[in-house]
Amino acid sequence: MIKTLAVHIKGFIRESLLTPLFMVLEVVMETIIPLLMATMIDDGINKGNMQHIIITGLWMLLCALIALFAGFMGGVYGAKASAGFAKNLRLAMFENIQSFSFANIDKYSTAGLVTHMTTDVTNIQNSYQMLLRICFRAPVNLIAAMTMAMLINAKLASVYLIAVIFLAAVMAFITIRTYKYFSKVFERYDDLNASVQENVSSIRVVKAFVREKHEVGKFNKAANNLYRLFVKAENLMVAVSPLMMLTVYGSIIAISWFGALMIVGSELTTGELTTMLTYCMQILMSLMMLAFIVVMLTMSLASAKRIAGVLNEKSTLSNPENPDYTVPDGSIDFENVSFSYSEKSERPILSNINLHIKSGETIGIVGGTGSSKTSLVNLIGRLYDVNEGSVKVGGKDVRSYDLETLRDEVAVVLQKNVLFSGTILDNLRWGNENATEEECINACKLACADDFIEAFPDGYNTRIEQGGTNVSGGQKQRLCIARALLKKPKILILDDSTSAVDTATDARIRKAFDEEIPDTTKLIITQRISGVANADRIVVMENGKISAVGNHDELMKTCPAYSETYIEQTVGSGDFDKKGGN
Amino acid sequence: MAGHPGGSRRHNMQPRPKVKNPGKTFKRLIGLITRRYKVQFILVFVCIIISVLSSVQGTLFIKNLIDDYIVPMKSQPTPDFTPLLLAILRVAVFYLMGALANYAQSRIMVYVTQGTMRDLRCDLFQHMESLPVKYFDTHPHGDIMSVYTNDVDTLRQMISQGMPQIFNSAITIVSVLISMFAISVPLTLVTLAMVFAVMMISKSLMAKSSKYFLAQQTDLGKQNGYIEEMMKGQKVVKVFNHEKKSLEEFKELNDTLFHSSYNANMFANILMPINAQMGNLSYVLCAIVGGALATAASGFFGITLGSLVSFLSFNKSFSQPINQVSQQINSIVMALAGAERIFEMLDEPGEEDNGYVTLVNAKEVDGKLTETEERTGVWAWKHVHQATGDVDYIRLQGALVMDDVDFGYTAEKTVLHNVSIYAEPGQKIAFVGSTGAGKTTITNLINRFYDIQDGKIRYDGININKIKKSDLRRSLGIVLQETNLFSDTIMENIRYGRLDATDEEVIAAAKLANADSFIRQLPDGYNTVIKADGGNLSQGQRQMLAIARAAVADPPALILDEATSSIDTRTERMVQDSMDKLMKNRTTFVIAHRLSTVKNSDCIIVLEQGRIIERGTHDQLLEQKGKYYQLYTGNAS
Repeated sequence: MIKTLAVHIKGFIRESLLTPLFMVLEVVMETIIPLLMATMIDDGINKGNMQHIIITGLWMLLCALIALFAGFMGGVYGAKASAGFAKNLRLAMFENIQSFSFANIDKYSTAGLVTHMTTDVTNIQNSYQMLLRICFRAPVNLIAAMTMAMLINAKLASVYLIAVIFLAAVMAFITIRTYKYFSKVFERYDDLNASVQENVSSIRVVKAFVREKHEVGKFNKAANNLYRLFVKAENLMVAVSPLMMLTVYGSIIAISWFGALMIVGSELTTGELTTMLTYCMQILMSLMMLAFIVVMLTMSLASAKRIAGVLNEKSTLSNPENPDYTVPDGSIDFENVSFSYSEKSERPILSNINLHIKSGETIGIVGGTGSSKTSLVNLIGRLYDVNEGSVKVGGKDVRSYDLETLRDEVAVVLQKNVLFSGTILDNLRWGNENATEEECINACKLACADDFIEAFPDGYNTRIEQGGTNVSGGQKQRLCIARALLKKPKILILDDSTSAVDTATDARIRKAFDEEIPDTTKLIITQRISGVANADRIVVMENGKISAVGNHDELMKTCPAYSETYIEQTVGSGDFDKKGGN
Repeated sequence: MAGHPGGSRRHNMQPRPKVKNPGKTFKRLIGLITRRYKVQFILVFVCIIISVLSSVQGTLFIKNLIDDYIVPMKSQPTPDFTPLLLAILRVAVFYLMGALANYAQSRIMVYVTQGTMRDLRCDLFQHMESLPVKYFDTHPHGDIMSVYTNDVDTLRQMISQGMPQIFNSAITIVSVLISMFAISVPLTLVTLAMVFAVMMISKSLMAKSSKYFLAQQTDLGKQNGYIEEMMKGQKVVKVFNHEKKSLEEFKELNDTLFHSSYNANMFANILMPINAQMGNLSYVLCAIVGGALATAASGFFGITLGSLVSFLSFNKSFSQPINQVSQQINSIVMALAGAERIFEMLDEPGEEDNGYVTLVNAKEVDGKLTETEERTGVWAWKHVHQATGDVDYIRLQGALVMDDVDFGYTAEKTVLHNVSIYAEPGQKIAFVGSTGAGKTTITNLINRFYDIQDGKIRYDGININKIKKSDLRRSLGIVLQETNLFSDTIMENIRYGRLDATDEEVIAAAKLANADSFIRQLPDGYNTVIKADGGNLSQGQRQMLAIARAAVADPPALILDEATSSIDTRTERMVQDSMDKLMKNRTTFVIAHRLSTVKNSDCIIVLEQGRIIERGTHDQLLEQKGKYYQLYTGNAS
């Protein structure tokens, strides 16, 4: 996992190496300063040697300047290295996600991916910066201060050694314990927030059933549980600071006592004693720092894992080695096709499908929810790969085509369709980057979208908000159809794409298709049988199998499921609601 | 470790926000904490004073150690260690007290902080539940959530760390300052001059840094938005071979973010070494000046070797709390901004309810309705007349009358005009019309999610404004367009309709909604836990659960808002039949876009742009050959 991430430091290796180097330099300087202080007291002040004081003072200033420079550079490079690392990670993730197949996309939730690319990367950026700037600093600080203390007086320095070992053991114990508690705390904390979220979005249900008190009771219980866990975890944590104080104070007292003995015995000078006391804080602070880093790094491990997960996700579809770059025509053949989304699922989503569609045919596909209509058409543009059998477009297996070529020729208007923020023209040009305005208008006329677009004050330059929230469902669907038409595909698939369009407009769109793009193979999935009654052929699906194929009249006679639904719908079911959509 | 990994993110990146009224907010915040934790709060301050004093005492001891004990001892032929031993024992006691006080303070603070957070969360939640639906319709849900997560979190950091630390630092600064002045006035002035310089430099760096943090925040927001949009539309990206283009756009945003993030962090990073080295500079300056004074004339300005040493140690411990205060002030400003948002939500007026007519169980004795405790299946409105105190019981039947109702979500735009509807008990009233015609709005008015501006709505002859909101809503079952389920078991989700329903009653309701069979097919049956996003159930299944939930409530009147929109025709037929059972003998308002749901209604109301344009039975409306006829025949074509 670390290797997966570390690769992306690329481009910022120099900064990543220089940062700790400068930090070490800063630490060395900061360690030397108290040392100079000692000679200043002993050889300067004690002996009344003003010249020595000034010279040592100047040396100290030089050290401070070097430390300042080093700290400055360390800060600059550290910021650059970590920001760069984060940049590379985001880009790599985004790039990899672009290569995801539908199966890969299904695996991740949108919210999850957004979090991985934002919060998780920011966590890593912060941790990496800390790693570069403090992680080297703290141990070097510790070792340098220890060494210096040893050099001054090894016997006295052993007091620190004992203190360090004691503190390290205690900190390790507390950290491990609290980490365990805190991961539990955060889980509960997320649960609590999830329940707030739930209440916010379901407020109508809560109010309609008069369950405010019930919800408050539930929430109070959860909040109390969280409180208890938090208190338990933090009570352990807060022991760190007084323990640290005790250790520092204990060391000071021990050093003072033994130091006094030594000074009296002439083994130590007063200057050296002062210096020893200065190192006391330095040693123990760096130990605290080290513990802090360890904790932070462990916490960002989870983020690192999630990022590595996205980066290591391999696309389940790949281009063939010698891909075909031309699709001869719009014929489609399913030969003994079986398909399921996961290899583990018991019942295949599609089983033993055989279907041959001629180029230019209009095919209606009907069937209940869960009868795998969408799954069937998704195989044509190779959005998923079959498990058995083969799907052919233009007489050739879809797996032999270059993916881009194939998808340019197979336009799908997805059931869950999306418009992007930008003008209507921008959105339309997703279908064809170089489409002229005229071509765009033409496509919109075909999709019966021109009328309402022209009615907008800004016409084709109207801005679509993110998620297309400022157009109605029916308008959105027609824009999506127009966008697909601009591709001038050989095969056009409409997956329940006119469900929010009223029936009259729906009929007009279909009529336009028949007249304007007769050579395009058209597959239309719909809940409304009337919408496909005049298709060349209609495929009736049931439980992942084709239960009947034929034209309307044939099916009315031979297929009871079809005829029953048709009668049901025409006699008793229409769409009032979505009339017009504007 | 103390910060939540997600929550602290904002803390790191947020530039200093504007606080509208810091004084008032701070006072209210302190009031909130001291409301329950007054004694603890005072104790904490006492503890802080003890621990600061003990640490000052320790620093003073170092001065005494050399001057008063070691130096005299050195000159003694047989050194007497007893005074030193006693001094060390005394300081050890002080130290121990300091550490204990520190521990006590931290422990108490844990209770105060966590307790306050819990109370605040509970207060927020309780208040939120009382807010009118309008609040949720007009505030982005993300903003509401952010109050619970980010704002409460920054507040936690401020209470648990910021406030004690500032207090601690303030005491340290004052006591160290006094000690320094006591040792040497000129050296103290040197130190203060350096501190002033540090503060000036910090201030200008912080201003720069905060500018870039702001830019980083904006860039991050932009990139977030882009990522979100692209991730949502990833399948469309694939279908249109748009990968390269979106990658290019992303790269651009990514580079911008890199620059602002680099600059923001850089300025924040160099602040630390600059402060540290300025501290060292101050140290050196004091050493040279002090050294010169100490050697040139012993006792001049009262400087001795020992006092110089301890002064230098004060000098070092002086810059630290000042840095801390400047850091903490930033976090306090941030927390106050959060607190302001929290208080804003708490101050939001709750749902008004002046109703006094309540819904009670009733039974009929000698042709007269009387109130009873048991569940009789007979309900009555208990109308206590305001003026006389007389009590009337009116049998709940479900007659609903809307009389010339006007309504708009905002004062400027009226969305319903002169709407009048008469529903007899047990009737089924259907609303049809295009999106935005005002169908859902009407149902919003019946259960008083919103209050009408003009006209009257009467329920069994009582103005619904007189009915207590909770009782009004209890009498109306509702199945909404968006089937919101809760992350709990299926059993509990259905039971939500009536909390005291037995398992058998729940299962009976599920059977009525034709949900029983698919529930039993789930691995854990009725104990299957519904995920927050409902990912493990289809939309149709979720709708059936919502119908079951309404069924278990067994309300006298029903509102079905597009209850079957996501169910396919065949399943709908199954649900339809159960819904018919559910609707029997209940006044029902149905919003649907499928004719099958609407056709057998007692009255169909056709709405257009907030006005009723046609009404009547299916056959009557067909005869009228108006809008309904058009829609109907349009379908059949």
